[in-house]
Amino acid sequence: MSTAAPETLDRSAVPWLFATALATTLPHFAHQPTGFSALAGLLFAWGAWLWWRGRRLPSRWLLALLVAGSCAGVVLEFHTLLGRDAGVAMLFLFMAMKLLELRSRRDAYVVINLGYFLLLTHYFHSQSIGTGLWLLGAMVIVTATLIRLHGGRASTPGPTLRYAGLMILQSLPFLLVLYLLFPRVSGPLWGLPQDAAGARSGLSDQMSPGSIADLALSTDIAFRARFDAPLPKRDQLYWRGPVMEDYDGITWRRGPIFGPAPAVVALSAPLNYEITLEPYEQRWLLALDAPTALPPESGLTPSLSAVSRGPLSQRLRYAVSSALSYRFNTQESAAVLKRDTLLPAGRNPRARALAETWRRTGANPEGLVQRALALFHDQEFAYTLHPPLLGQNPVDEFLFQTRRGFCEHYASAFVVLMRAAGVPARVVGGYQGGEINPVDGYLVVRQSDAHAWAEVWLAGRGWVRVDPTAAVSPARVEDGLAASVPATRSLPALMGVDASWLRGLRYRWEAANNAWNQWVLGYNPQRQREFLTSLGFPDPNWRTLAPVLLAACGSILLAVTAWTLYRRPHRDPAQRLWQRALRRLRRRQVSCEPWETPLALARRLRSERPELAEALEAAAEIYCQARYGTGPANLRALRAAVARLP
Amino acid sequence: MASATAFKNWLFRWRSDGTGPIVLRQRRIFILPTGVAFLFATVLIVMLLGAVNYNLALGHALVFLLAGVGLSGMIHVFRNLEGLILTGGRAEPVFAGENAHFPLHLANSRRVPRLALEFRAGDGVPVVCDLPSEGRIRIELPVPARQRGWLLLPRVRLSTRYPLGLFVAWSYLHPSLRCLVYPRPINRPLPPLAFAAAQGERHGQGGQEDFAGLRERQPADSPRHIAWKAVARDFDHRPLLVKQFAGGAQSELWLDWRQLPPGADSESRLSILAGWVLAADAAGVLYGLALPGIELKPAQGAFHRQLCLETLALYQQP
Repeated sequence: MSTAAPETLDRSAVPWLFATALATTLPHFAHQPTGFSALAGLLFAWGAWLWWRGRRLPSRWLLALLVAGSCAGVVLEFHTLLGRDAGVAMLFLFMAMKLLELRSRRDAYVVINLGYFLLLTHYFHSQSIGTGLWLLGAMVIVTATLIRLHGGRASTPGPTLRYAGLMILQSLPFLLVLYLLFPRVSGPLWGLPQDAAGARSGLSDQMSPGSIADLALSTDIAFRARFDAPLPKRDQLYWRGPVMEDYDGITWRRGPIFGPAPAVVALSAPLNYEITLEPYEQRWLLALDAPTALPPESGLTPSLSAVSRGPLSQRLRYAVSSALSYRFNTQESAAVLKRDTLLPAGRNPRARALAETWRRTGANPEGLVQRALALFHDQEFAYTLHPPLLGQNPVDEFLFQTRRGFCEHYASAFVVLMRAAGVPARVVGGYQGGEINPVDGYLVVRQSDAHAWAEVWLAGRGWVRVDPTAAVSPARVEDGLAASVPATRSLPALMGVDASWLRGLRYRWEAANNAWNQWVLGYNPQRQREFLTSLGFPDPNWRTLAPVLLAACGSILLAVTAWTLYRRPHRDPAQRLWQRALRRLRRRQVSCEPWETPLALARRLRSERPELAEALEAAAEIYCQARYGTGPANLRALRAAVARLP
Repeated sequence: MASATAFKNWLFRWRSDGTGPIVLRQRRIFILPTGVAFLFATVLIVMLLGAVNYNLALGHALVFLLAGVGLSGMIHVFRNLEGLILTGGRAEPVFAGENAHFPLHLANSRRVPRLALEFRAGDGVPVVCDLPSEGRIRIELPVPARQRGWLLLPRVRLSTRYPLGLFVAWSYLHPSLRCLVYPRPINRPLPPLAFAAAQGERHGQGGQEDFAGLRERQPADSPRHIAWKAVARDFDHRPLLVKQFAGGAQSELWLDWRQLPPGADSESRLSILAGWVLAADAAGVLYGLALPGIELKPAQGAFHRQLCLETLALYQQP
């Protein structure tokens, strides 16, 4: 019993607030600029020291100075106080500074609400399963701090944490219902700042020697595909990305995005599949060569690449269909054919001279393609992730000196040869192959599957895919990168690992991540509409959903109320044992009258049933001692005495 | 105004709870969100906007989970009061100007403790207490005693914000408890004994020989004065009694209303008399009390003192 003013903050509540601050800011230490992390760590340590020694907290003008200083620091670092990253940095520093100002309960509320808010900001960096779990744990700590704040010293750490856990457990049904039914709005509500999507590696729309080899060192997942039909053969899995037509002698750049629509004639039945594309900086929607039906909000470039309206800064799921056998632009405009035979003057003279000699032999375009592929196949060309550096005439150096290269070298050299020989040709970027995850059946395509190949235009057949890499290293196309590069070369970690248990573990982990992405993170307005339509709400909007939402939340509230208020009938163990004794007596045709006390019953038995009396008397005495006596109840003796009853 | 009071009367059940145990049930527990809840809700709305804008699926989940925590906090604050059993106790008399302490016994039949229960009787000082699981405690509610006479326990507001502070649950208790308030004692010198002796004739003051009655034995009494016959008659059930003799060595004091200055009003007269009673009791003399219409024979001891003060407290009270 106390009459303390409730607005002051008691000393032993402060460690809880430190725990809250630490749990909610800890992951940010890795993302914040080093100076900010160091400052925050220093403030934490200072606050903890002041508390430990019972020192006075710093004065307000010093804190004001700190606030002004950190604002200046944020402006220097981010050139603004607004925006996502600057805002997060401010919150991060404010949380650390608030620990030097824990005077009243009001300050504690600020720490707690700031903590809840900081939890949200971690999702800017990661929404993985691990982050979710960590933040659930942090939420338990923050909630326990809130409980501790109101419970005072009587709420000890163990029970308080358990209580917080229980409350969060009870909120999970609310989470589920609200997550599924709360009408989702497609963001953004205001302009997404430029920093919304951090730099992520991925397919680029230009290609120079070495650019794809860099990408191939990453095992990050580029996209996943789910097929309803059986998977096509691996050498047909060419995922088409940007088509590169402009060449300056070193770098290939993409052609125009707008222009006449491509004319594709499907020669095989369309193949339907769904792709979940990880975010990256570009707009290319990957699809199997050649896409025939596209998702909404996207289109085809004249060179048959699928592009989205805007950059793909969010994970995107879309359905596509493709025809694996096709004719593409059998009638091509003269301008395009002319453009795709252009070569920069003065570059790669030896390659051009070689192609010129081929053309003079009078071979038709098909023959020229075969000549070039035979060159790669028959000469001493090698396929490697670590090709030598090339100079100002990369194709010449590659063809006549180094002869070691990755797919971009082969594709580039092949297209240069074709153009020099007068055959319209261009480079196609994308991915080749993929790996089936046996756990969930998704085809996983990684950055290491990035590939470049060529396309030539042949009269009557249109644009035809030619993969010069396959001429050098058929294994690359048939079995993937790991099988086609010599084992001594450094491959991305895990990519060449044979240990099957490790591989199985990795499949499982990636399948779990995929399920998480598909079902948890991928629950967007569109998927919500599909889900609600399948539940029987044809036109889900606020008006139709509000009653459902209210009813669902109301019934959960009732259930949680019942759970919280329900009291397990609590019976004394001694009394239970005594009931057992009475049941035994009933079998002996002795019943205990409602008004009879245990001792009275024993007295009555002494005259009526002397053979039972002694055992019952012993049990009754131990029972009375256990139930009404002082000291702890001796249940073992009672149990033994009851067992001795005949 | 009157209708508002009537509405509150109906809503909050402002009526006496009698003297029996009070069990708090849902009909008399009220819940409202606090200012902290509005802060919390604002934070949640801002978080939801952020989650929508940046398309954070887990951000949505976090906001919904926190909303669920807030809602279940409402149930838990209710549970903190629901089923609480309160029983009033006897309040010890106090003097006016002091705080009367009304005892309340709280019993918890739940297995979870009930923490941060705040009691406030009338406009008194709030009392905060924690009730252990399946335990019982006794608390005292301080109420300032301003006037002599019976002080009734004002309406008690029992409130709690535990566990989350987002909601406050409260209940009004009105157990009929009362506390006797003695007049505020005023210290004045005791009337002179001589003056008392002069008055003695009227009251039949005598020497050691004149038996005046029996009273409880005080440690200072001579063993020679013990009424052995009376003790022997009923040994089991009575404390030792001594024979009291009028006059002589035992000085006797009359505290008389009429000794007081005639200009004083009756409340100050009662206060002065109360002060005299305390002083005479402390001096260990025999004293009697004379008020208009009431007369208490001279005696000694705690019981006599209490009787005198009670008489003063309730003098001319309805």
